[in-house]
Amino acid sequence: MTLSAVLDDLTREPGVRGALVVSVADGLVVADALMEDVDGGAVAALTSSLLRRMRGVAQLLGQAAPQLVHLVGGEGSLLAAPAGEELLVVAVARPEVNVGAVRLALRRAAERVR
Amino acid sequence: MDDIQALTIQLARDPSSLVFLPLAETLRRRGQLDAALTVAQQGATRYPEMAGAWDLVARIRSDLGEGDLAFDAWTTVIRLDGEHLGAHKGLGFLAYRSGDHRRSLRYLQRAVDLAPEDGAARTALERVREAVGAHAVPGFPEPTIDPLTALEPDPGAAVLVDREGRLLAGGVRTSNGDDLGDAIAAALAGVSREAERATRLLGLGGWTRIGVEGDDTNVEIRTPTPDTVLLMFRVSRIPSGRLILLADRAEHESRRWLEELR
Repeated sequence: MTLSAVLDDLTREPGVRGALVVSVADGLVVADALMEDVDGGAVAALTSSLLRRMRGVAQLLGQAAPQLVHLVGGEGSLLAAPAGEELLVVAVARPEVNVGAVRLALRRAAERVR
Repeated sequence: MDDIQALTIQLARDPSSLVFLPLAETLRRRGQLDAALTVAQQGATRYPEMAGAWDLVARIRSDLGEGDLAFDAWTTVIRLDGEHLGAHKGLGFLAYRSGDHRRSLRYLQRAVDLAPEDGAARTALERVREAVGAHAVPGFPEPTIDPLTALEPDPGAAVLVDREGRLLAGGVRTSNGDDLGDAIAAALAGVSREAERATRLLGLGGWTRIGVEGDDTNVEIRTPTPDTVLLMFRVSRIPSGRLILLADRAEHESRRWLEELR
């Protein structure tokens, strides 16, 4: 399955505005399926930075790397799941999204990308 | 055309204008509280550093009977403007309504100190004093409870840190007894700014929480006030929804505690 197909599947989840695969090390977009109003470059850079920071916190706590990061804002949220060490699958969602369903879809997508 | 229509048209023409203030106030006075709140909340989101916008949100929340949310909004006002008379009066009223007379007296005393000519504040202060049989007690208020200690039967499960990564409350201990609080605090420095930047750039509104799920633990990160970050973690067998509820409570208590400290 191609990266585009994985992302297309993810964006079919109701409330998901876009999805992308990001390189964790440099915060660049590897592949994306985004609505026009979503700035993929910004999503990639900020999400990878946030994930690196969360990995640092997890390491301090003596825990394994995070499996899911969910940043929630008043008007929507961003969910990210690592696909191996190097890549990250990210979904940008509307506030009314079914978070439980998107979490599962994101983890599935991360497994496919891995 | 009435005032509301005229102001609504003005706001629609220029959503960045400050006309949301008189519009929300007019709606509030006419009892259209839900509409007033929507307008005021949007304005406060657009101008997060404007104390007057948050004061308006707080008054509407208070009218709606949403004491906790009004408290949060007035606490934001005081962070932005420590001498905001309306916020001290409002918090004094809320504290009295919730039965916390000691706190009510402190807010109202501050309001009277700020504006000795304000008859309403003086009267309210006198009434609260009479109601509780208290006399004015000068002196610096000491917080008596570390909110995270109070909430955490399992020490080492939460920390509250400032924007610069300094520990304010709580702690994290390893099984060897090593205290990781300072290291965690340092690792969290800048998290709030980063999350804020991300949500702003992505049009997601102000950030409210970060949830991190791992194989062994789940972590909740909150921002009780714009200059502090709260981190709480639990082993992952505790359902993430329950951790969210615990973090909600810790966030609320932290906010109250910080407000008392300040």
